[in-house]
Amino acid sequence: MRIPCPYCGDRDSQEFVYRGDAGPVRPDGEEGFFDYVYLRDNPAGPIREHWYHAQGCRSWIVVTRDTRSHAIHGATLAAEAAR
Amino acid sequence: MSRSPNGGLIDRSKSLSFTFDGTSYSGFEGDTLASALVANDVRLIGRSFKYHRPRGILTAGSEEPNALITLRTGARAEPNTRATVTPLFDGLEATSQNRWPSLRFDAMAVNQLFAPIFVAGFYYKTFMWPAAFWEKLYEPLIRRAAGLGRLSMLPDPDHYDREHGFCDLLVIGGGPAGLAAALTAGRAGLRVILADEDVRPGGRLLAEHLEIDDTPGAAWAELVVAELTALPNVNVLGRTTVFGVYDGCEYAAVERLTDHLAHTYPAQPRQRLWKIVAKRAVLATGAIERPLVFGGNDRPGVMTTSAVSTYVNRFAALPGRRAVVFTASDSGWQTALDLLAAGVSVAAVIDPRETAPIAAEALLKAGADILLGARLCDAIGAPVRKVEVHLADGRRRRIACDLVAMGGGWNPAIGLGSNMGARPIWSDAAQSFLLDQTPPGFVAAGAAAGRLALHEALNDGVTQGAAAAEALGMPALKPRFAASDEPASGRPLWHVLGRGKAFVDFQHDVTDKDIALSAREGFVSIEHFKRYTTLGMATDQGKTSQLNGHALLAAATGKSIAEAGTILSRAPYQPVAIGLLAGPHRETHFRPERHTASHHWAIAQGATFVDAGQWKRAQWFARPGEKDWMETVNREVTMTRNGVGICDVSTLGKIDVHGPDAAALLDRLYINTFSTLSIGKARYGVMLRDDGIVMDDGTTTRLAEDSFFVTTTTVNAARVMQHIDYARHVLWPGLDVQATSVTEQWSTYAVAGPHSRALLAQALPGIDLSNEALPFMAAAKFRWNDAPARIFRLSFSGELAFEVSVPATHGDTLIRHLFEIGRTFDAVPYGTEALGVMRIEKGHLAGNELNGMTTAGDLGMARMMSKKKDFIGRVMAARPGLADLKRPSLVGLIPVDQSKQIRAGAHLLPPDAPRTTAYDQGYVTSACWSPTVGHAIALGLLVDGPNRHGERITVHDPVRGADVQAEVCNPVFVDPEGVRVRA
Amino acid sequence: MRYSLFSLAAKALGGHRGWTPTWRDAAPSDGYDIVIVGGGGHGLATAYYLAKVHGIRRVALIEKSWIGGGNAGRNTTIIRSNYGLPGNEPFYEWSMKLWEGLEQELNYNAMVSQRGVLNLYHSDSQRDAFARRGNAMRLHGADAELLDQKAVRKIAPFLAFDNARFPIQGGLYQGRGGTARHDAVVWGYARAASDLGVDIIQNCELTGFLRDGAGAIVGVDTTRGPIRAGKVGMAVAGNSSRVAALAGLRLPIESHVLQAFVSEGLKPVVPGVITFGAGHFYVSQSDKGGLVFGGDIDGYNSYARRGNMPVVEDVCEGGMAIMPMIGRARLLRSWGGIVDMSMDGSPIIDTTSVPGLYVNAGWCYGGFKATPASGWCFAHLLATDRTHGTAAAYRLDRFRTGHLIDEKGVGAQPNLH
Repeated sequence: MRIPCPYCGDRDSQEFVYRGDAGPVRPDGEEGFFDYVYLRDNPAGPIREHWYHAQGCRSWIVVTRDTRSHAIHGATLAAEAAR
Repeated sequence: MSRSPNGGLIDRSKSLSFTFDGTSYSGFEGDTLASALVANDVRLIGRSFKYHRPRGILTAGSEEPNALITLRTGARAEPNTRATVTPLFDGLEATSQNRWPSLRFDAMAVNQLFAPIFVAGFYYKTFMWPAAFWEKLYEPLIRRAAGLGRLSMLPDPDHYDREHGFCDLLVIGGGPAGLAAALTAGRAGLRVILADEDVRPGGRLLAEHLEIDDTPGAAWAELVVAELTALPNVNVLGRTTVFGVYDGCEYAAVERLTDHLAHTYPAQPRQRLWKIVAKRAVLATGAIERPLVFGGNDRPGVMTTSAVSTYVNRFAALPGRRAVVFTASDSGWQTALDLLAAGVSVAAVIDPRETAPIAAEALLKAGADILLGARLCDAIGAPVRKVEVHLADGRRRRIACDLVAMGGGWNPAIGLGSNMGARPIWSDAAQSFLLDQTPPGFVAAGAAAGRLALHEALNDGVTQGAAAAEALGMPALKPRFAASDEPASGRPLWHVLGRGKAFVDFQHDVTDKDIALSAREGFVSIEHFKRYTTLGMATDQGKTSQLNGHALLAAATGKSIAEAGTILSRAPYQPVAIGLLAGPHRETHFRPERHTASHHWAIAQGATFVDAGQWKRAQWFARPGEKDWMETVNREVTMTRNGVGICDVSTLGKIDVHGPDAAALLDRLYINTFSTLSIGKARYGVMLRDDGIVMDDGTTTRLAEDSFFVTTTTVNAARVMQHIDYARHVLWPGLDVQATSVTEQWSTYAVAGPHSRALLAQALPGIDLSNEALPFMAAAKFRWNDAPARIFRLSFSGELAFEVSVPATHGDTLIRHLFEIGRTFDAVPYGTEALGVMRIEKGHLAGNELNGMTTAGDLGMARMMSKKKDFIGRVMAARPGLADLKRPSLVGLIPVDQSKQIRAGAHLLPPDAPRTTAYDQGYVTSACWSPTVGHAIALGLLVDGPNRHGERITVHDPVRGADVQAEVCNPVFVDPEGVRVRA
Repeated sequence: MRYSLFSLAAKALGGHRGWTPTWRDAAPSDGYDIVIVGGGGHGLATAYYLAKVHGIRRVALIEKSWIGGGNAGRNTTIIRSNYGLPGNEPFYEWSMKLWEGLEQELNYNAMVSQRGVLNLYHSDSQRDAFARRGNAMRLHGADAELLDQKAVRKIAPFLAFDNARFPIQGGLYQGRGGTARHDAVVWGYARAASDLGVDIIQNCELTGFLRDGAGAIVGVDTTRGPIRAGKVGMAVAGNSSRVAALAGLRLPIESHVLQAFVSEGLKPVVPGVITFGAGHFYVSQSDKGGLVFGGDIDGYNSYARRGNMPVVEDVCEGGMAIMPMIGRARLLRSWGGIVDMSMDGSPIIDTTSVPGLYVNAGWCYGGFKATPASGWCFAHLLATDRTHGTAAAYRLDRFRTGHLIDEKGVGAQPNLH
């Protein structure tokens, strides 16, 4: 699998660390942490997910990928996606 | 010898000698082992898996199920090697397999007598009584018979290379379609890789009498390869098999570099693993001929027609003297002509179809019987002596022969195309399965796409090569090739009823009857069928058996083949050496070693090293005369606590956190507060995971208002770095803060013990080390040897101690300098073991306690959790399961009988309680013998531990020894008031 | 029809024409007491024990394709009960006890073979962690031995003891561990369940749930029409989130791909199961002679049932690190299965917030060994509405309450378990 790192270009997935669904957002208050930490949609289809370019630019990026075909539709820097 | 006097792509000037089962033979350069065996009249090559039936050579390609041998000897012995694709070299040694005591007299052939019992799946129905006999009797018998070849049991002496390839177009297969595609794309300027599994590209052009542009096929292939090789943008990889298709248009291939050589140089890799990223790929792998299913179709002397043509034409090797051809497709008739041309008499050509192709006339003239509408129902003899034919009019006829060429038609070799999960679909036109959906950028051409005729294959190759070029914006000229056309039609014949066993999967001995039984017992889904009969699971992965099997299953269940379906092919398309896939990462080179700057110095000091992740750390420094490691470690501890010791702690993770919001970020990462830390001061911190469990600990020093120096444990360094970046990029991208790993930039030495200040005062003159200038948990910058340096008043040992950091490039100089000065102080180097003893004596935590299952509360740090701010893990740490005060929590343990030992991993139970799970109250996390207090000490996690100091507890360690009674105590065994660190 | 050497011999005389289908290929009928979704080992075992132990015969099992086509037919066939945490060990040891009597129970030879499971350790701290686990096993009455290097040499003299990056110090050994033939487990349970009246309905995919006015589940909608049921149990590991979503539930689970590998057939050399403690590699050798091996999951969410080269290489590197004599053996076939990676690495057998829906999920990469006990405990739950004693910790609400069962200690990061 090749990950299109917005900073480094297409790189082998071996250079990255996978975290998972980029959907859940850390709550601000006291509520919602159980959902944030534990519950996942786990879709069969496109998913936005966090990868870390550990052996490259060390950016966290958001990759859109289809879990059925592993086809990758794009990637953005997580810091930009969050803004 | 059965070698034609002329012809063939062999070099008769180069004679090669080889042995098979110890007997010497000779062949020529250009032979395969199989062709050389054919030329030497060797017909019995191996034994089948289950029945130990005698087997010969079925094919001339990589789909071979029968002719498996062990190649070479000793550590280079390579079991299950297909003779049909083994290039002959001088001195080659081959041995037959799966027979005892010899190939000719195989005692296990007795299994054939039990064939009526040994049907598909028989083992599921028996061997159940009595139950205890399975492991003791039945299974050992089965395992004795299992497998084919034998491992040498010696480490593979060869090594394997890895290479990454990037190209615009990967052409898989160098037959007519592949060569045409590569040439078209290569001339258009595309970066092309052409991979062909044979020793020379050409495919069928090497094996048949074909012409392109009035040039003989083999010569045409040679011209094309020469042009391709001359193009700078084309890479022709011979002896290279593409074996897998992966995501991101990645293709895995093996290039066989030295397998064809008699002798290799020590540094020469045996094979190379290619990982090729290709924008487009053309699958030009040709087609595989189907055997016909009739009685005795597995007999030595029965071959596919394409194999017969290949041996006769390419190798000038004659697999028989008197042949019978049984074919359901036109290509078999061409084989009959090839045999005639080579001087082999053709007794009969049998075709189940009613009309003969044009070739019949020449054959009739040569005296062959042309039997149309007929079927060969039994081959008799091993090797074959005669056949029985069921004629069109119902009569039977026996024909003497020593060779049967059978051709059931052609299956496009599409395996790679379904690696990504798309199921092939049945084509009535091609009478086979074809690719429907293909991986991105991937297309089949020529025979692999069901277009069998030579002119079709060439056109297809040109079209696909040009299409690849156009897709990449490079216009391509389409060359035109004039091909001598040849017959290509056929009508499938799936089964002929005979008397003898009719094999569908040759290697696994799956017969027509097994398929009927499978259907009868309800194993009718194509996958159930495969698993129940084991059809297609042998080393050839069903290349010769699958379609016949699926057709017979369809017939048995009254379905069409399209309805019955087929299975997916999974990588590898051809079996590949495990050593190839491991590459250089084996044994001592399995993973890299990380060394600190003092590594060479430590070796010179006689250090013993221990693995800490990938790091090699000095474990202890034994001195001559010390009787064991205990004595060494006790000395290191005692000399440090009473004098001064020095330890390399450079492997701890180090992270610079810098920026206006650095303090705010650390406050959110750690349970305690860093924004209140004064400049020049250090503080111990604990961070939690999202789920409230302790993730890591370490000290953090504030070097400036906006600059912090964070340390992590050695094993968690990468994970903490990643965690900090996650917080910066994902959680709070608004914070203005940068983080950089500097673990490898600094060498750090802990100088510990009452004399540490005196030593450092001499070693680093000009730095004020007094309590006033540098109190406990303070830090200072200075310059040493013209380089930036730092000193920290930190102590893991519990002694007066300092940590000195210099750039890693100066680390070796510094350690030598410290010990040069240290000589006056009798300074001792200490390793991780003494470090561990001293930290247990002080009740400091390490990986054993920070084991990913403990909370801050479990480790006695509940009060460190700030109530004034949010931090990662705060909310989840308050869940009842984690906040429960009765959770096993940190305690100290001392054996009641002080001569006894306590071991980490032992469980804690109330004294006199039954030794069962119900009474399990915790376990020992760390234990050692303390030279400072003079007996064993331990740390553990015990239910309600902090409230049980003074209680007796049983330390239960059944996997290592007897129970020990211990007293629960405060987990700080030495200097609990912390006087020494402030000395 | 009872299977035995005698029935086999008798049928052989008749050219094996007398055999009948191993299980009935049933069509859906109007309604059932219980419908099990998922025809893997767990679902089939559940159906069998519902009929056998609880006497509930109106049971249907629906399977979207063919039974045993998911992880039941894609695993590496290892059975063991070497767990360290009190929530796990009783369950897996119960499973081991059921394995030990399985063939006689089912009258089907699943080739349960207790040739031993050996986990190698390479450091003092790994040894102590194994000791902790072995002691936990012994406290529960399971067998466990902590072996030193010499004892490991005796069991597996072919390992790389002298030239290793991470030298072998010893191992944790469970002699009762071993392997079983995965397909035979599926077919054995199917046959036995079918004989007790369970309807096994293949090519019948769940498309939704039938709900009553109060929202309780009263049946399933399928590609073969609606089927009414008193209770519905899902045992669809790999696809648990998708099925649960049809009932409006989110689960603490991610789907990941796990690859497995088999070599060409070789004369047997590996006695039992061996796992490499400093890399990602484990191996056994089948009764056909293939080295069956594997390692880590690929590590990204997937429903694709196939993986990529990095793990292929990582696994083979692990193999060559400790068994350099397999270098010239050839990898014959690789494949992938989709596993339910749960948030603490342990499974779930529980009721749900939707009345009538019961969940059996989250088996990570270790579901095969659990097959008998999973079926036993899920059947117990479905029949009695009470959690079985050995599966008491496998509650769905443990993530909310913090009573986690995290053997690896890596937290809510499924791809690290």
